Amino acid sequence: MDYFLSEEQSMIRDLARQIAEEKIVPVRAELDETGEFPWDIMKVLAQSDLFGLFIPEEYGGLGKGCLELCLAVEELSTACLGVSTTYAANALGTYPILLFGDDDQKKKYLPDIAAGKRLVAFGLTEANAGSDAGGIQTTAKIEGNEFVLNGTKQWITNGGEAEIYTIIAITDRSKGPRGASAFVVEKGTPGFSFGKKENKMGIRASSTTELIFDNCRIPKENIIGKEGMGFIVAMKTLDNSRTGVGAQGVGVAQGAFEEAVRFAKQRIQFGHPVITFQAIQHMLADMATSIEAARALVYAVARFIDSGAKDVSKESAISKLYATDVAMKVTTDAVQIMGGSGYMKEYPVEKMMRDAKILQIYEGTNQIQRNVIGQALIKEFAKKK
Amino acid sequence: MFIRIDRDKCTGCESCVESCPYGAIVMAEGRAEINELCQFCKACLSVCPEGAISEIAEASDIKEKEQASGVWIFAEQRNGKIPGVSFELLGAGRRLAEELGTQLSAVLFGSDETKAGELIKWGADRVYHCDDERLNVFNDEPYSKMLSALIREHKPEIVLAGATPIGRSFIPRVAASLRTGLTADCTSLEIDRETKNLLQIRPAFGGNIMATILCPHTRPQMATVRPRVMKAGIYDETRKGEIVKVNTDNLRARTTVLKTVKEVSEVAINLQEANIIVSGGRGTGGEKGFKLLYELAEVLGGAVGASRAAVDEGWIPYRHQVGQTGKTVSPKIYIACGISGAVQHLVGMQSSDIIIAINKNPEAPIFNIANYAIVGDLFEVVPMLIRKIKEVKTI
Amino acid sequence: MKIIICIKQVPDTSEVRINPETNTLIREGVPGIINPYDMHAIEAGLQIKDKAGGTVTALTMGPPQAETALREAISMGVDEGVLLTDRAFAGSDTWATAYTLAKAIEHLGADIIICGKQAIDGDTAQVGPELAEFLDIPHIAYVRNIDDIKEDRIIVQRLMDDGFDVIESSLPVLFTVVRELNIPRMPSLKGKMAAKKAAIKKLTASDINADENDLGLKGSPTQVRNIFAPEAKKDRRILEGTAEQKVEVLVNELMRLKCL
Repeated sequence: MDYFLSEEQSMIRDLARQIAEEKIVPVRAELDETGEFPWDIMKVLAQSDLFGLFIPEEYGGLGKGCLELCLAVEELSTACLGVSTTYAANALGTYPILLFGDDDQKKKYLPDIAAGKRLVAFGLTEANAGSDAGGIQTTAKIEGNEFVLNGTKQWITNGGEAEIYTIIAITDRSKGPRGASAFVVEKGTPGFSFGKKENKMGIRASSTTELIFDNCRIPKENIIGKEGMGFIVAMKTLDNSRTGVGAQGVGVAQGAFEEAVRFAKQRIQFGHPVITFQAIQHMLADMATSIEAARALVYAVARFIDSGAKDVSKESAISKLYATDVAMKVTTDAVQIMGGSGYMKEYPVEKMMRDAKILQIYEGTNQIQRNVIGQALIKEFAKKK
Repeated sequence: MFIRIDRDKCTGCESCVESCPYGAIVMAEGRAEINELCQFCKACLSVCPEGAISEIAEASDIKEKEQASGVWIFAEQRNGKIPGVSFELLGAGRRLAEELGTQLSAVLFGSDETKAGELIKWGADRVYHCDDERLNVFNDEPYSKMLSALIREHKPEIVLAGATPIGRSFIPRVAASLRTGLTADCTSLEIDRETKNLLQIRPAFGGNIMATILCPHTRPQMATVRPRVMKAGIYDETRKGEIVKVNTDNLRARTTVLKTVKEVSEVAINLQEANIIVSGGRGTGGEKGFKLLYELAEVLGGAVGASRAAVDEGWIPYRHQVGQTGKTVSPKIYIACGISGAVQHLVGMQSSDIIIAINKNPEAPIFNIANYAIVGDLFEVVPMLIRKIKEVKTI
Repeated sequence: MKIIICIKQVPDTSEVRINPETNTLIREGVPGIINPYDMHAIEAGLQIKDKAGGTVTALTMGPPQAETALREAISMGVDEGVLLTDRAFAGSDTWATAYTLAKAIEHLGADIIICGKQAIDGDTAQVGPELAEFLDIPHIAYVRNIDDIKEDRIIVQRLMDDGFDVIESSLPVLFTVVRELNIPRMPSLKGKMAAKKAAIKKLTASDINADENDLGLKGSPTQVRNIFAPEAKKDRRILEGTAEQKVEVLVNELMRLKCL
């Protein structure tokens, strides 16, 4: 379907597609098998300016918005969610600086991020703070001109590989929701180390580790925004990035769908290609319909965010929830259509199905998305009476 | 010469549009028109039902043609040794010289007089030999300057060289400076009986079709010939000929060969020296298919080759590639499995003694040049073949 | 350092098929791409620029459509594109092509000229060395590695059948490259945007001061007499029966010919 993309937007999509086809598809099975971090592909993305998409031109980026980022993420996701997660998590980690950082911080970090010279990670989740961000135990205490960080972040995408980390830590527990703050911590800071790389079911090319802070001292000016704004930074960051997860869902679903169609055209049973059977056609029709609906939704929400809308929590949650549920369903159905072949590692759909599962879990489980939507509905209807 | 479409005769049927391999015929206001993409291949001439397309010849200057005579081959050497392609050139050159009723000469740079004598035994009437040791190592500028000067002085009508890294590198410089035509990678050379022109046949369009190339107005007519395509001349211990020493004045070179490094891939040797080659194409479907071919090659004591398609797919490394952009081979037996047979592949293996083709598609062009054609699934046929050969061998 | 890359637009597939009925080539809807070897030439030029500074110009001779190949080169980081286009160039063989390119390069000026080793549609590998001769500069064919580059000289490795030669050349120089040399980069977004806006310089026969007798078909010493499909072998034997029987016959034949 024609989404009336501008010439530049089409250009971004085409370039991301070319990279997906030429650079990612040939290596994705191996990356999945070995769990090797896709540095070669990151270099290609850097050289192609894709890391600078959403970063303002004054900081060396291209000054584009959420829709452009979604287009790139979607195309990369058709080939490999492990790679697209690495790329999207970089944006996630950058948003706190982009949205709340002061000019010095932006000047210091954004040009390198835009050029793809330094990778970024976002550290919110902890052992006792997953869906419940209030459970954060990592602390940041001010001592003279420094903050001292202590605690452990868990399951951090790009952990160990990134050089810039945006971290949420408690600065004053007594202040409750106003007691957290956001910080920039650079790799190599004394007292900052990484746990082992996690062994995951899917998105195996992406790196997931613990971030361990043991009396890690950072300069006072590394705080992002004002003290006490940590949860706001985290929420606004997620509001902006969630639609990107939706775009990942659209991409992986599209990738699996195309594999299934190709297979159904070739596979002969009872003397006919299986695509001629209505049972298969109906499955494919449902897949095509839900993918298109998800894409339309993701693009619409991305445009809504780019319009400068103030509160986008509900809409971004809706797009993430729907598109990632579609991804899980479509990838599972793709395996089903391809039967035994789909289950085998010779075909990419079993990997896509394993990969897709994470989309319903990370950046807020789909249950939490429903909570966000539910809370927004209560607020909306309270005003209407 | 150029191609013209008579607008009055053209009915706009568009049949010529499709016939043009270069996409040079376009429709304008309901009439066909030839644009600048035209390569004058004349494929369209016979297609037009109205006879609206014709070629228009231009008069040419033939002075230089009449003065030129003699067939020359450039005999390259590396580390003093003369490779087989030079003897193949002598074989082809001998045939052309006899047809033209003229002499065959070889040009040798570097190496020594015994090697020059060898060239006579392989069929040359005369050898222009320059034994300056600075020419022992191949260097483009001195080689091209020397050969151009010799050709200017003696005016041969035909000059052939090997389509090797050496020949393909410096012969174009010679043609450029002599303002004459050069045809690369010829697979066949004939003399046109009427005009005495050299018909230079080579694959065209990425090797999907053959083209006959002429160099009608200038002399010499120059061509490079791929190794292992032509038959070598007949070696005659007693053949006598003349060795003409050539002086080297003014050997200018702006490039210096600092060193030469040997780095021989075993596969390359195996492929070109193997008596039996089992080769796979797109039909092998991947590495699994090639495993079968390796097995067959092993029981036959042969080597494994591949088509460009299989190499491009990444199923097997480039050094196994047989064809115009790969190796040229001529084993006793060539077994093509799942290879459709684009000309680009055929030119690399068609001089094999026996060609066996196994392919699912009965229309595959590979069957046109096969001695034994098996229409069938290689995954069925090859394992059976392996078993049968093993049986025969144990008897 | 002024670097010129000579590129050619070729049909996307080298596997153009023949229509068995009409004996003509089927090229329906095959889009034009930059000759794959030329992509390596572009990458080589960009790498030299990254190291030694200067500008990289992509030069092509062809119909107006060839402009897209130049824009693609610009999207990879090439500074400018020059299109040699004129009806007078039509029908050029390698000699006339090299002559025309040489006149254009004399007009533009260059320290280093890089070409792909050959084009996949013609596979002649002649234009590069011929061009060097016309420009009266040295050339090195089949470059597989650039060892060193200085203001006035370059050291490269030339791929040979039995290994490689290490060659030093003065500048200006022309070299042709093989695939082993590098991996061509992807286009960048900034490059693509620049490519869209870029003004492609167009040169005609009169701009480059070329002698019309040396151009196009008129200037081409070689001509295509005809094209044809290769003919079938006469002693061909199609084996009949079940797969088992076919294999049986084949093995017996091979034994009869003493090949086993």
